[in-house]
Amino acid sequence: MADRSPAPDTPELRERWGAFEFNESYRAKADKAIARYPEGRQKSAVMPLLDLAQRQVGEETNTQGWLPLPVIEYVADYLDMPVIRVLEVATFYFMYNMKPVGKYHVQVCGTTPCMLRGSDGLFETCKKRGMSKGHVSEDGLWTLTEVECMGNCATAPMVQINDDNYEDLTPERLDAILDALAAGEQPKTGTQIEGKRTSEPEGGPTTLKDMVDANHDYRGEW
Amino acid sequence: MPKVTVDGQEIEVPDGATVLQACELAGKEIPRFCYHERLSIAGNCRMCLVEVKPGPPKPQASCALPATEGQEIRTDSQMVKTAREGVMEFLLINHPLDCPICDQGGECDLQDQSITYGRGATRYEENKRAVTEKYMGPLIKTVMTRCIHCTRCVRFSEEIAGVDEIGALYRGEDMQITTYLEQAAEHELSANVIDLCPVGALTSRPYAFEARPWELKKTLSIDVSDAVGSNIRLDSRGREVMRALPRINDDVNEEWISDKARYQVDGLTKRRLDKVFMRKRGKLQPASWDEAFKAIAKAKPGKSIAAVAGDMVDCETMFAAKALLKACGSSLIEGRQTGMDYDVSNLAAVNFNSTFAGIEQADAILIVGSHVRWEAPLVNVRIRKAVKRGAKVFVVGPYWETTYPAEFLGEELGVLNKLPDAVAEAFKNAGKPAIILGGAALKGAHGKALALAHEFGAAFNVLHFSAARMGGLMLGFAQKGGMKDIAAAKPKVVLSLGADEMDFEPFADAIKVYIGHHGDKGAHAADIILPAASYAEKDGTYVNTEGRVQFAEKAVFAPGDAREDWTILRALADALGVNVGFDSFAELQAAMIAEVPALGEEGLADYGALPKADAKAKAEGTISAYPIKDFYLTNPIARASEVMQRCSAELLHGGDLAEAAE
Repeated sequence: MADRSPAPDTPELRERWGAFEFNESYRAKADKAIARYPEGRQKSAVMPLLDLAQRQVGEETNTQGWLPLPVIEYVADYLDMPVIRVLEVATFYFMYNMKPVGKYHVQVCGTTPCMLRGSDGLFETCKKRGMSKGHVSEDGLWTLTEVECMGNCATAPMVQINDDNYEDLTPERLDAILDALAAGEQPKTGTQIEGKRTSEPEGGPTTLKDMVDANHDYRGEW
Repeated sequence: MPKVTVDGQEIEVPDGATVLQACELAGKEIPRFCYHERLSIAGNCRMCLVEVKPGPPKPQASCALPATEGQEIRTDSQMVKTAREGVMEFLLINHPLDCPICDQGGECDLQDQSITYGRGATRYEENKRAVTEKYMGPLIKTVMTRCIHCTRCVRFSEEIAGVDEIGALYRGEDMQITTYLEQAAEHELSANVIDLCPVGALTSRPYAFEARPWELKKTLSIDVSDAVGSNIRLDSRGREVMRALPRINDDVNEEWISDKARYQVDGLTKRRLDKVFMRKRGKLQPASWDEAFKAIAKAKPGKSIAAVAGDMVDCETMFAAKALLKACGSSLIEGRQTGMDYDVSNLAAVNFNSTFAGIEQADAILIVGSHVRWEAPLVNVRIRKAVKRGAKVFVVGPYWETTYPAEFLGEELGVLNKLPDAVAEAFKNAGKPAIILGGAALKGAHGKALALAHEFGAAFNVLHFSAARMGGLMLGFAQKGGMKDIAAAKPKVVLSLGADEMDFEPFADAIKVYIGHHGDKGAHAADIILPAASYAEKDGTYVNTEGRVQFAEKAVFAPGDAREDWTILRALADALGVNVGFDSFAELQAAMIAEVPALGEEGLADYGALPKADAKAKAEGTISAYPIKDFYLTNPIARASEVMQRCSAELLHGGDLAEAAE
């Protein structure tokens, strides 16, 4: 698992992030998240708030965003809860970045189904572009992380980049996606096989074929 | 009242009991690490697995399973035995086998339970996890590799102490217990996590590598660092007290003690008075007992002798002094060294009448002039419990950091004369309101607080912070005008019984005899120093602020020439040619109990009913500050203790030091 210790608490960090505050639109979203919970249970909104804070940090730094300690303290203060409790949450879920990341956070699934379907090749592709696990590439564009199962085993191998999933990958298809992202375009998300919509079998159904056009009662055939 | 069967034995358990509690009621031992009677249930160590029918066909964590009617519980089946062995094997996978160099060795839950419930050998061949050490302040030493993630420490600081600062970061195998940014744990009860820790992850830093539990002599004692009278156990080796640990007493300290009670004991060997000293040509010089007694006798005090009791003396010492003065024909005895002169004609009016256990039930609490967190940390714990049950707390006095929501009503005592509507409302609607009056408010608000208590039917409590106070008052160590009366009498000889906070200025012409154990303020001002015993070095009776009489035993001998206080006073009686009427400690105690029978019986003393309140009483004055300026340095033992000095410097003045460095 990736090292999830928070970025060191340095004077530079304090100087850069000490004055962090939600901007208007994020404050509105944060207050909406808090309002979902009954009076006295505002702490329940800690996860959406951490996510919002991370996104705002991302906008300010033109990256996916991360959670510097002063920002975590700000969230704790916002919800009036002990900062250690917020830090517990932030360090528990790997969706919160504890260290600065690149503009695109490339999370390659390396769990068994993806591995069997060729995730090793995806790592190779990423490495060729100068990415290394847990580090921001020199151009500031990429951060590579190996993650555990993301629940897309039917369309393995897959990669999650920021908020989007890219599935049914080969090294070439991943290359094309990364090229497009680097050029500032938004590639097609989801499966990368032409003609396939989601996780249905390639080349049409292989079982329950009679169900394709209409509801078919198989019970008599058992 | 569900009926359950434990190992074939049918028992009835209280409503809301867990399966674990049911098993304990049936006399079965259930191994556990995370479960603790006084903390919330976590259910994460899995050591308490038992077999329960009806239910899924697998072992169940008994600590988190409610006992229900007709359950069949087995703690002795093969399934349970295998389950315990399995859990223990997993716990030991990442636990280092460093028992020989671990301070918990010999009193370690994991060690004991692995012997009883473990497999005897491991099948694990991979590398073990290692965790970096975490700084938790000057009192707690951490070896986090040993941590088994029971989270007792996390729950203690959150639930009992009310200072949320320990947490579990990361997840799974990487989970680590730490404070935010490894800051020191900064509250008065922090060291209790050492007792709670079932393994050697959190151990005592000052006591590190000092002794093994089986080498220590255990003596039952009473803490004198505040007026709570916490029940403690002094562990000593040879002539040295190695450590103080809490004893369980649900009425007093539950099973916690303050950091000061626990760690001031290293002060017992430092700055000790172990010789007789006399002031010759302005300088204190070593002398003999004979010389000292002769010098006092030469002053021919006659009736002109006074005694001032310090904050930590036992009742026997005070009674011996009182008897000596009585034999001389004097009654100039006083215990409130700082000059307070509240009315003590009715002791119920200066007692904590709710009792500590009772204050938990209060639903509206008005604290007047007391920094409860520093003056009695364990009472603060009780108030926090009351607040968790829904009590409202109001405080009159300068702001201090409460560990529960509280409303501060300002520093003016005058606010009591016309209570804000919110307070009056809360008190009117409360079923069990209580008023707590601290030392800082006794002067200006005593009468008014009594009147308020009468008006609202509230329990009236005075929170003292000197261990000797209630005992002293019971023995009559109080003049009408306090210390002023003593000074006005211009005694020729003043006996200071470990009184360090008193003002020696008015007694410039008197011979000041300091009978105490530490070279502190009192010894500096004294003309003659007679070395005496500290609380660990003598048997004695103490009365806490709720009027609870408790008996402490002698753990070690006093160093050097120091003697138990009563023997010094007895010898002084001979030197002055008077008869005090006792020659042994037993005789002294018998005489004391004959005079104040309540002191002979352990438990709450009965002070009768509260005096009639004067409805016209007015509160006046301002509380500008609380008497305790530095929690860690309130008494001569703590001031001599290096650990307490370090705590004071690091935890209370750490910010100042850092600022000065910048």
